[in-house]
Amino acid sequence: MNIGVFVCHCGSNIEGTVDTAAVAKAAMGYPEVVFATDTMYACSEPGQAGIIEAVRNYELDGVVVASCTPRMHETTFRRTLERAGLNRYMFEMANIREHVSWIGKDRAANTNKAAELVMIAVEKLRQNTELTAGEFSINKRVMIIGGGVAGIQAALDCADGGLEVVLVEREPSIGGKMSKLDKTFPTVDCSSCILGPRMVDISQNPNITLHTLSEVESVDGFVGNFNVKVRRKAAYVDWTLCTGCGECAAKCPSKKTPDRFNEFVGTTTAINIPFPQAIPKKASINPAACLMLTKGKCGACVKVCPAGAIQFTQEDEIVTEEVGAIIVATGYDLFDFTKYGEYGGGRYPDVITSMQYERLLSASGPTEGHIKRPSDGKEPKDIVFIQCVGSRDKSIGRPYCSGFCCMYTAKQTILTKDHIPDSQSYVFYMDIRSPGKGYDEFIRRAMEEYGARYIRGRVSAIQPKGGRYLIKGVNTLMGDQVEIEADLVVLAVGAEASKGAPELAEKLRISYDSYGFYMEGHPKLKPVETNTAGIYLAGSCQGPKDIPSSVAQGGAAASKVLGLFSKDKLASDPQISSVTLQRCIGCAKCQSVCPFGAIEMTEFRGMTKASVIATVCQGCGNCTSACPQGAIQLSHFTDNQILAEVNALCPY
Amino acid sequence: MTRSRYAYYPGCSGQGTSREYDSSTRAMCQDLGFELIDIPDWNCCGSTPAHAVDHLLSASLVARNLAIAEDMDVDGIITPCPSCLKNLKTTQHRMLRPEFHAEVQKVLGRVVRADLPIKSVLQVLVEDAGIERIAQESTAPLTGLKVVPYYGCIMNRPPDVMRFDDPENPMALDNILTAIGIEVLPFALKTDCCGASLGTTRRDVVARLSGRVLDAAAAAGADAIVTACPLCQMNLDMRQAQINKANGSHHRLPVFYYSQLIMLAAGQLGERIGLDKLCVSPFSLLSSLGSQTGEARS
Repeated sequence: MNIGVFVCHCGSNIEGTVDTAAVAKAAMGYPEVVFATDTMYACSEPGQAGIIEAVRNYELDGVVVASCTPRMHETTFRRTLERAGLNRYMFEMANIREHVSWIGKDRAANTNKAAELVMIAVEKLRQNTELTAGEFSINKRVMIIGGGVAGIQAALDCADGGLEVVLVEREPSIGGKMSKLDKTFPTVDCSSCILGPRMVDISQNPNITLHTLSEVESVDGFVGNFNVKVRRKAAYVDWTLCTGCGECAAKCPSKKTPDRFNEFVGTTTAINIPFPQAIPKKASINPAACLMLTKGKCGACVKVCPAGAIQFTQEDEIVTEEVGAIIVATGYDLFDFTKYGEYGGGRYPDVITSMQYERLLSASGPTEGHIKRPSDGKEPKDIVFIQCVGSRDKSIGRPYCSGFCCMYTAKQTILTKDHIPDSQSYVFYMDIRSPGKGYDEFIRRAMEEYGARYIRGRVSAIQPKGGRYLIKGVNTLMGDQVEIEADLVVLAVGAEASKGAPELAEKLRISYDSYGFYMEGHPKLKPVETNTAGIYLAGSCQGPKDIPSSVAQGGAAASKVLGLFSKDKLASDPQISSVTLQRCIGCAKCQSVCPFGAIEMTEFRGMTKASVIATVCQGCGNCTSACPQGAIQLSHFTDNQILAEVNALCPY
Repeated sequence: MTRSRYAYYPGCSGQGTSREYDSSTRAMCQDLGFELIDIPDWNCCGSTPAHAVDHLLSASLVARNLAIAEDMDVDGIITPCPSCLKNLKTTQHRMLRPEFHAEVQKVLGRVVRADLPIKSVLQVLVEDAGIERIAQESTAPLTGLKVVPYYGCIMNRPPDVMRFDDPENPMALDNILTAIGIEVLPFALKTDCCGASLGTTRRDVVARLSGRVLDAAAAAGADAIVTACPLCQMNLDMRQAQINKANGSHHRLPVFYYSQLIMLAAGQLGERIGLDKLCVSPFSLLSSLGSQTGEARS
């Protein structure tokens, strides 16, 4: 075998602390290395051309590039090898940037370590064999999990691109957080007026199957061939018959049912359609509040339903959907402000969340758009807004900025002035974060045209005082204490990961950060991809986002799926496990450790043997570690290849 | 309950302005089976004047007391005074830093481990005796008395150092007082500052801050305020007339120590309880509570 070694400077990233020329020189002494050089940028066009030229001039059979992490450029260099006429698996990468130059300053030690990593790569490459990818066909349906604005955009874009779409939503209606908003910044246009038509498009698009009141139960399979079980929760109403007339809700006697859609401001009925623009416009029963389901008597809705749609015996149903790709758009949830004792910890009725305030502002909300205090229904005159409640606060485990609260608070002060012209809004803020098109101008408008008084500082206490509230805080610009008496306090609660986000990530086998937000494939270059092929992200499930960003990501994720589905077949990764039958003793240890269900036990001449389902295997290698016989081997990472690396490093 | 043995740190106020807090606390602990042993030859913790000027000075004053207690074979150190407690616990917290620990030992010229548990009497009451036990001892419940509990600003703060109860809405006093038959009213100012030692230098500040506590207590409909802090008690009680004069208010709210009320509910009277030490006399209030409890007490 003729091996070529290319040691990359990565500008000064590597060369700054590693003597790459010395590493190349050392490499010339390694077995079967016939050519070694250092190169300024191995990944650049001239860098790659240099590799191709060397392959031809020195009749190389394999190439080692010592540069950055394989996550960055392994694919790049494998393509280079293919262009040079070599098999793409006759390539090894030594990571001398993340593993050497970026983490150590001692040039001599770094150079030594880099040379050893190159030696390991050479020994591995000597054991490599040519591998060829197979092909498999794909199912060109896409599932979108989450029917907020990001999921809606992704669904419509995919459907317009000719794909069959399955949209799964946990709540009875799609619309997400945006459907609860009164107006949107910075244009102050009506949220439901711009979202409503999109929601109708979803229900009318023949390419879209909608499962609301549904959650993903399990996900099997792999890119191109996912098998998703969806739990359709019992609505206790046959939606094929329900016409959405609302007669049932009008007659339901359980009028004190907590109103989830209205953020628990006011109450609703046990059977209800959550809001007038709901899609699908179907009634569902809250089983915890329904007299028939809890006490076995009532049935008022049955009597009035003209369609005979009420079904108290309805049960959850599991629907299986086969799709080739999944877009996750599960959004966010609101921080629970009761953790803040200084804001009353939830004990004061007129200290509410910003989302509750949206419902008070909304014409379709519980107060029909009149701002009324929850405690006594009176119109407030002095309103204090507190920003960063559950954002940028390490003490409660939320050190991140939720990004959109500054903007919606400014919007709410503007709407407050529109609703109650003789009102005064006060905003306690830490810093104003308004880096969007027209955003900072909008904040200025709230201050200058609508007279919102912005006070830079935190609030230390909210105390009831004679039917009103005393808000004590600090003005850090004036270096002074501030006390304001107000009728209503609105807390700009931050965003946190959607409830159940980590559990769904486990089902999807995608990563999430310590707060439960899903990890994108690359923070800059793969914002809507995940590290699991065929699964994409859109909207706030990846991190807090405002509406324009969520919509942009919905569209981006859809375009990724359309791109994936533009091929009829996908190349299968040949780096998968296979079983040597003579060695296999049928102990099934490999089957028990396989996280993908890729191993089945089969009969071979009357003996039990393991067998790998090639299309399901993801090449994790668990089975090879578990096998007591060395019978199951992962291509490109065989025991011999790993041992060659170890032996190179530990010769004694 | 196993009998607990504690090193007792009375604090300077316990020898003077809050003698009734000290004596009623000792009586209460005796009743509940705590063995209190005074730290022999204890010294002042330096209070605000020391820690406001020099952390090493403050820590050294406190550490001397810690060192003596460490030779005593006790389960921990307890004090009724939140200000002393704060200095004791802050010193212990600061001495977690090895350099600071070494520096303090150098000043003292001896080894200090600074590892004994340090608690307020209130915390020991809740955690060791328990609310149920206090209720059991209460043979003459103070039914009909309406109070607001006033914890003061440092009993539970900073939370990472004090590690007891909710720093924003503490409930220890609420629960104890409810257990002895008292009606405890919701009180949003329970952890506000009374003005503390500014009473000597800036009476206007105390008049404003303590005045606010008195106003809120009266507005809530309380007959009395219950405290756990000598300085809070002094500002609210002894300075009540001053505050009334400054603010044009007319409060006559007795300000009890919680230990006095626990002993009262246990049917005890006399010098150790020290009700006569209160500046705003509680006797007419107590006698109005009804024939069963009031008359005997007044």
